Amino acid sequence: MRFEPRHSSPHLAPVGNVGRLMFAVVAALVPGTAAAAWFFGPGVLVNMAWCAATALAAEAAVLRLRQRPVRPALADGSALVTALLLGLALPPLAPWWLPVIGAAFAIVVAKHLYGGLGYNPFNPAMAGYALLLVSFPREMVAWLPPGDGGLDLSAVLHYSLAGTLPPGATLDALTQATPLDTLRTQIGLGRPVAEAMASRPDLFARVGGVGWVWINGLFLLGGLWLLWRRIAAWQIPAAMLGALGLLALVFWLLDPARHAPPLFHLFSGATMLGAFFIATDPVTASTTPRGRLVYGAGIGVLIYVIRTWGGYPDGVAFAVLLMNMAVPTIDHYTRPRVFGEEKGR
Amino acid sequence: MNGCPAWSFPGGLVLDGHKAESTREPVAAAPVPPVLVLPLQQHIGNPAVPVVEVGQRVARGQMLARADEYVSAPVHAPSSGTVAAIEERPVPHPSGLAAPCIVIETDGEDRPHPDCRPVPDYEALDPSALRNIIREAGIVGLGGAGFPTFIKLNPGPDHAVDTLILNGAECEPWITCDDMLMRERPREIIEGLKIMRHALRARRCLIGVEDNKPEAIAALEGALEADERETIRVCPVPTRYPAGGEKQLILALTGKAVPSQRLPVEVGIVCHNVGTAAAVYRAIHRGEPLVSRLVTVTGPAMERPRNLEVRVGTPVSDLLALAGARTTDITELIMGGPMMGFELASDAVPVIKTTNCILGLDHDPHRQAAPVRPCIRCGECARVCPAKLLPQELYWFARARDMDKVQDFHLFDCIECGCCAYVCPSHIPLVQYYRFAKTRIWAQEKERRKADLARRRHEFRLQRLEREKHEKEERQRRKKELLKKARGGDEAAKQAAIQAALERVKTRREQQHAQARNVEPQTEAQRRALAEAEERRRRLAGDSDGGDDDAV
Repeated sequence: MRFEPRHSSPHLAPVGNVGRLMFAVVAALVPGTAAAAWFFGPGVLVNMAWCAATALAAEAAVLRLRQRPVRPALADGSALVTALLLGLALPPLAPWWLPVIGAAFAIVVAKHLYGGLGYNPFNPAMAGYALLLVSFPREMVAWLPPGDGGLDLSAVLHYSLAGTLPPGATLDALTQATPLDTLRTQIGLGRPVAEAMASRPDLFARVGGVGWVWINGLFLLGGLWLLWRRIAAWQIPAAMLGALGLLALVFWLLDPARHAPPLFHLFSGATMLGAFFIATDPVTASTTPRGRLVYGAGIGVLIYVIRTWGGYPDGVAFAVLLMNMAVPTIDHYTRPRVFGEEKGR
Repeated sequence: MNGCPAWSFPGGLVLDGHKAESTREPVAAAPVPPVLVLPLQQHIGNPAVPVVEVGQRVARGQMLARADEYVSAPVHAPSSGTVAAIEERPVPHPSGLAAPCIVIETDGEDRPHPDCRPVPDYEALDPSALRNIIREAGIVGLGGAGFPTFIKLNPGPDHAVDTLILNGAECEPWITCDDMLMRERPREIIEGLKIMRHALRARRCLIGVEDNKPEAIAALEGALEADERETIRVCPVPTRYPAGGEKQLILALTGKAVPSQRLPVEVGIVCHNVGTAAAVYRAIHRGEPLVSRLVTVTGPAMERPRNLEVRVGTPVSDLLALAGARTTDITELIMGGPMMGFELASDAVPVIKTTNCILGLDHDPHRQAAPVRPCIRCGECARVCPAKLLPQELYWFARARDMDKVQDFHLFDCIECGCCAYVCPSHIPLVQYYRFAKTRIWAQEKERRKADLARRRHEFRLQRLEREKHEKEERQRRKKELLKKARGGDEAAKQAAIQAALERVKTRREQQHAQARNVEPQTEAQRRALAEAEERRRRLAGDSDGGDDDAV
């Protein structure tokens, strides 16, 4: 009897697939996303929807142009994850073109112009975010106050599509700076941190910004689940949070009046989202175990530097992009010693 | 258990063992088939050279083909019969190609060869004599690679062997032939081990067995005699693929990492398979060369998965029948295990010395539904790699055909265990890329060696020409010097010598002229013609120098 050999070893069906990984990431995003929607209204979900629709359409269009199979690429969920991360990073009240431009840039330029999944050197979501932040700074820093924000879904959709707000409401009255931004401004004005935080109980809770603590906490929870499932490498979030926390602790101990406490840094802005979901993007991160520690720590340090001395209130996007650039170098110098390789070779 | 040392090797996978299926019933002997096909190459090294002729009657254990040079192994007749052919037949090899084989039509008598006699007292033998017996018995590593065993029993003058390890880990799923051998014939293994220990002069012996084989461990423990327990230890190792990899097992049992690209003997360790030890026992104590082995026939496509004692050369189809295979369900027929074995193109190929398992898989739909996606650099492969390589980088460079880089990243430390490909979420056939790169590098190396040889020859030729030129110049120089020296002597004497030489020439010429040549036999006419010629010559000689022209 004859058979048709088709495979070389191993002959066992491989476990897992890219799609399963990506959908696990989506699942892990759910609690944090729910908290974000709870505190900042339905605009969060509207942004994510815009991003997802744009990203999937862009992915399909580019793949068709590149004459690559469309279905498996859409099914692997990588474009969806990019879109959701970008959507989560955008301000909750945004005109429709903001997520659309960001997501299209992320997929078309940051991902496919470099060769598509697996070949892009920069985190696509963060590249999209950085483009928007540099191009549309006014729209990108207008955040809603925590609480329900006073806008229901129809009002948000109205604003998103037509740019009109309910009668009597103005954009300036509705929006305000984020806690990170506010504290920065206050420190810049020479006010002690404790006083600045105490003066705005609507914005600052005990450890971080109102609402932001919950959001970060739930992203942390989802992230820990990813680590437990071995979907994300533990080294990156551990090193990033460790470096950020340590640096914040040192400066806070040196001068508590001019530096926010470490817990504030860890539970504000995009810290946890960045640590577990953005920095851990395997394509653009270092792949060696030691390299991941260096990469994560680099991001942590850069976030602190940008937040404290840089020109932007939060620094996750730029920190990630800068460390993306360093990845080939990091990988080169952190190659593990192979089995039986002598030291010092 | 008994204070066995235990270290952990990096990477690896816990796989579904599927060992229970084929260990339900004891080992049975497969019947001797009417036709045995014995490939001349069943081992690593040079193919054996036939020493029998077509039509010759052979007995069981008779040598059919001798070893060719050092790294080689002879082939013996697994049963008595007649040599029917020496020709190319399909052999079990990943390439699916045919290779030279000796075909025997068995006579059903299974008559042993009279030369097959046990060695009475092996301990009195010199290790080299012992090695020679093992070599002549055609014993090769039965764990799968098939490296001639006598070579691994020869540590050479530069190395002392401290530890002899028997590999009973059998870490690949589905395979249980070593397990059954340890359960049923532990004493053969231990006796073989003692012979190997004698040949190697090893201080201690360890038998490494994965802890998913408690019956085998108990059987070996039970078979050890009190005085043997001092130096021979049965050591359970945690069940984690590839615990049976040579370097992985050595690390797990001794804590020693065999240096990259080196042999275990360089750290004082030699490792043999348990089946090989049993074969050594049979060769020494029973005088039987390697003509049969245990083979696991298993897989989801078998009604009756089991272990069989099989004569080398038996067709795989016979084993499938004995295991009740649903051949039409088999989508992949594998020789070896699911992680490192290879697919057979036909069940008409014979069992060879290194065949440990015939595995019939019937679940393909999984693999059809798993298209290859781009590498997302997740690093899972690096986490499970037992050689601590970076498979994702190796893949990248192998794909780019950057053969320098791929070696920089230690391609040749890859043992092709398949862990990386098994965990790859993008379903990239990573091992295939590494095999491709290795083959390519070997080919390049061969080319380079050929070119080197040509270059060396050319350089040597240039060198020789140069040398010859020098020698010639030297000779001429010396001659000139001699001449110069002579010229520096008495001028008068020289003049005299020249004068004397001239005189000699003159007298000789006159003599020549005087002499008549071609004297006899001459006719009258000839004589007259000669006389006329002489006359003309004499006249000419009297003429001026310019007269030469007229003479023509």
